[in-house]
Amino acid sequence: MQDESGSVLPSSQSLHRLAISESGFIFDPTSGHHFTVNETGLDILRHLQTAHSPAELVALLQREYSASEKEIERDVLEFAAMLRKFIGD
Amino acid sequence: MDVTVAITGMNARPDNPGPGVAVARCLKDSDKFTGRIVGLGYDALDPGLYLNEYCDAAYLLPYPSAGDEAFITSLREIHEQEHIDVIIPCLDAELPGMVRLTPLFDELGIKYLLPTPEQLRLRNKDRLVELAEHAGIHCPEIKATTDAGFFYRCQHEGWKYPLVVKGLFYGAHIVDNADQAAEAFRDIAAQWGYPVLVQRLVEGEEYNLTAVCDGKGEMLGEVMMKKMAVTDKGKAWSGVSIFDQKLRDASAALIKSINWRGPLEVEVMRDTHGDYQLIEINPRFPAWIYLSEGVDRNLPLILLQTIFGKQVEDLPDPRPGVLFIRYAAERIVPQSEFEAVIMHGGQRLT
Amino acid sequence: MTGKKQWIKPTIVPLRSGLLNKFGSQEAPWIDAIDEVPIPQLLEQYGSPLFVVSERRLRRNIQRLKRAFSARYPSVIFGWSYKTNYLGAVCNTFHQEGSWAEVVSEFEYQKARSLGVPGHNILFNGPFKRPGILRLAVSEGAHIHVDHLDELYELEQIAQQLKTPIEVTLRLNFDTGYTETWSRFGFNVESGQALDAAWRIASSEHLNLTGLHSHIGTFVLEPRAYANQVRTMCEFMHEVESLTNCHITYLDIGGGFASMNSLQGIYLPAEQMVPSEEQYAEAVCDVLLELTHDRETRGFKRPTLILETGRALVDDAEHLISTVVANKRLPDGRRAVVVDAGVNILFTAFWYNHKVMPTRILPGKPEDTTIYGPLCMNIDVVRNSVMLPPLSIGDNLVYSPVGAYNHTQWMQFIEYRPNVVMIDENRNVSVIREAENLEVVTAQERLPAHLSAAYPQGAPEDILSERSSDSNN
Repeated sequence: MQDESGSVLPSSQSLHRLAISESGFIFDPTSGHHFTVNETGLDILRHLQTAHSPAELVALLQREYSASEKEIERDVLEFAAMLRKFIGD
Repeated sequence: MDVTVAITGMNARPDNPGPGVAVARCLKDSDKFTGRIVGLGYDALDPGLYLNEYCDAAYLLPYPSAGDEAFITSLREIHEQEHIDVIIPCLDAELPGMVRLTPLFDELGIKYLLPTPEQLRLRNKDRLVELAEHAGIHCPEIKATTDAGFFYRCQHEGWKYPLVVKGLFYGAHIVDNADQAAEAFRDIAAQWGYPVLVQRLVEGEEYNLTAVCDGKGEMLGEVMMKKMAVTDKGKAWSGVSIFDQKLRDASAALIKSINWRGPLEVEVMRDTHGDYQLIEINPRFPAWIYLSEGVDRNLPLILLQTIFGKQVEDLPDPRPGVLFIRYAAERIVPQSEFEAVIMHGGQRLT
Repeated sequence: MTGKKQWIKPTIVPLRSGLLNKFGSQEAPWIDAIDEVPIPQLLEQYGSPLFVVSERRLRRNIQRLKRAFSARYPSVIFGWSYKTNYLGAVCNTFHQEGSWAEVVSEFEYQKARSLGVPGHNILFNGPFKRPGILRLAVSEGAHIHVDHLDELYELEQIAQQLKTPIEVTLRLNFDTGYTETWSRFGFNVESGQALDAAWRIASSEHLNLTGLHSHIGTFVLEPRAYANQVRTMCEFMHEVESLTNCHITYLDIGGGFASMNSLQGIYLPAEQMVPSEEQYAEAVCDVLLELTHDRETRGFKRPTLILETGRALVDDAEHLISTVVANKRLPDGRRAVVVDAGVNILFTAFWYNHKVMPTRILPGKPEDTTIYGPLCMNIDVVRNSVMLPPLSIGDNLVYSPVGAYNHTQWMQFIEYRPNVVMIDENRNVSVIREAENLEVVTAQERLPAHLSAAYPQGAPEDILSERSSDSNN
């Protein structure tokens, strides 16, 4: 996975502007788009406030979830691509 | 009446409103109704879900196309929250499912006044001709087709343009030639599926009647209306109450012939000879039902009275000449309310 | 590992106007056994994908349909439509329940005979009956349903050769007002073509007209179409009987009853659209009774009613179990899964939205998902859009109903076709069609001598030269 160069994860700027509700309801005040995320997605968004690389994120998630690093990494890659698509890089 | 009434069809869109909000408004405006209204919608942008002056709670239902099981599950959940006493379905597409689920309503103790499945089939757009014949009313010929090729051959089979192309539940386009017809066919099929219906066009003026029927052949509280202006989609934007004995008698005969049970709307055309031709029977209140309150014949209230076996008081004579003019207004919706509908499928509004 | 949360694939879904309904089109939750046989056990023993036929359901279906018609009309015969599903075990289940065979080709005729169906219990339909098989069928007493004039002349010739008159049935086509007229099959009633054919038969020493057949369509959701069909057939029967002095002994109304499947392009779910067997039976039998009640006074028996129901009897008696092999995210954000069963074996996915169920309770929110088959072909889509919770590799999805037309229209394309098993009424499982392998698929091939080797002069080199030079390591 790519590291701090930041091309896998959306920029922290994009992430910080999101209004994230406990229920998984997300509003992007710049684009006016609404999204919903599931619980795992919500956890990832939370961790993204502090994690700065995909590897760091996967490590954080591994502490909380009973799944292999490979499985988490695969799903995080896909989720990050969706985030970049929906809220921009 | 202090009961909780669930009303569907909260999609009060400006150009093509569902009837639910108007039905709720009739009840809330009546001083005889002191109960609660649970608004049921299908899309988080259905305006009725946020109108707390008419709805005390509002929830989403799964689309009728999702099947009975999904509907049953969510209705049970809503019932647990709200203890529904009466349900008033207001959309054509949900009626086939609703009338089959009356045993569930019985089990949950929810009351209703709905047609039987057979009555509902009889008013299907593709069976209307038979029904009208039975009641002694004219009705333009209707044919169901699954093939757009029909429109290129139909003139050999005695179908002359212009014709009306209709969906089984919604939608009607007047078409002047085969190409337009084929386009309308594809349009309707894409949204409402097959078959698509073709109806001979009747030249004349459209009139509508709505009433509650007791299932024993009686028509209660009928209100008649002539549209004065329509939206792009052909929906009334303003109209005026009328009284026409011929229309009343024709509708009464129709209702008597099948002992219709529940609310309904009869759509007729008065042709150039002054005869009425039956165009459609809708198995629910129309979107313009608030006019019934305007002429002091509050039909949603009459529906509740009928359901609870209360004597419907002597109604004032129909008051021809009362207008309605529909207008659009913006409702301000806080994000939290929208979120509640999206994430939890609904909320209490009061 | 204790105290850790279960990992569910993360999802993010944009809200789009017009689709703001948290339910979407939800499917029934899950299925973990078929006829009480656990699905994992089936898969372990017979592999994935796997077709599973329920014998109990087949028998129940034919018994119910039979009851619906026999309760309303004195003489009813069912002809099992081979083209709907001609696996021998399925055919013989129906034959054991009293069904005849309805065949439309040399192959189907031979199959019915090889299963032990005598010629006189075979209804032979179709626009093309090879001369050899037509002659054999006639000599074995099969019921020949004539499709066109040329066939009529051929039959006359066969009768002359065999020196025995042949009883024939005319296939008719006409407008029921509810279905498209399939004018390509049989003789048209409205234009007088059918009556011409009847006259031609009447004028022949070698042919007798004894039956009328028509088939008004497929997946017919309107019972009144059948009422009109029977009316037209009865009127035609009376007309030919009085004009040509023939005696009609049976009316074959074909098939076309819908099954509890969801046709693509129909808005309401199947349970709200598909008529019950009672509704079909009532539509057919009410008119038939009414229009044949005076036959006895005229010295004729009421004609036997023959039905060639296929789909409505077999569709819901079969499931297809598949396994998820990959998860994908499409560029537009939608989720997709790849499963090991595609349109190669589930041909009906082209026109149905089959019910799809997982085999366990899946955690996580349902999301709009496209299901792709395993083929390296763009058309291999099993469901375009279905709400499913996140799936893991190895999860199973069960499709139903799949009993009609899949084993007859499936293709050996790219993949081998899998095992088909049947669960009998005692819950014993038997393979009724073995999975294919290389030997089966290539059995009919022949290689000319000069093409017997792929590389007679030795295989070309790999382009990864390092690997080819290291290949001995």
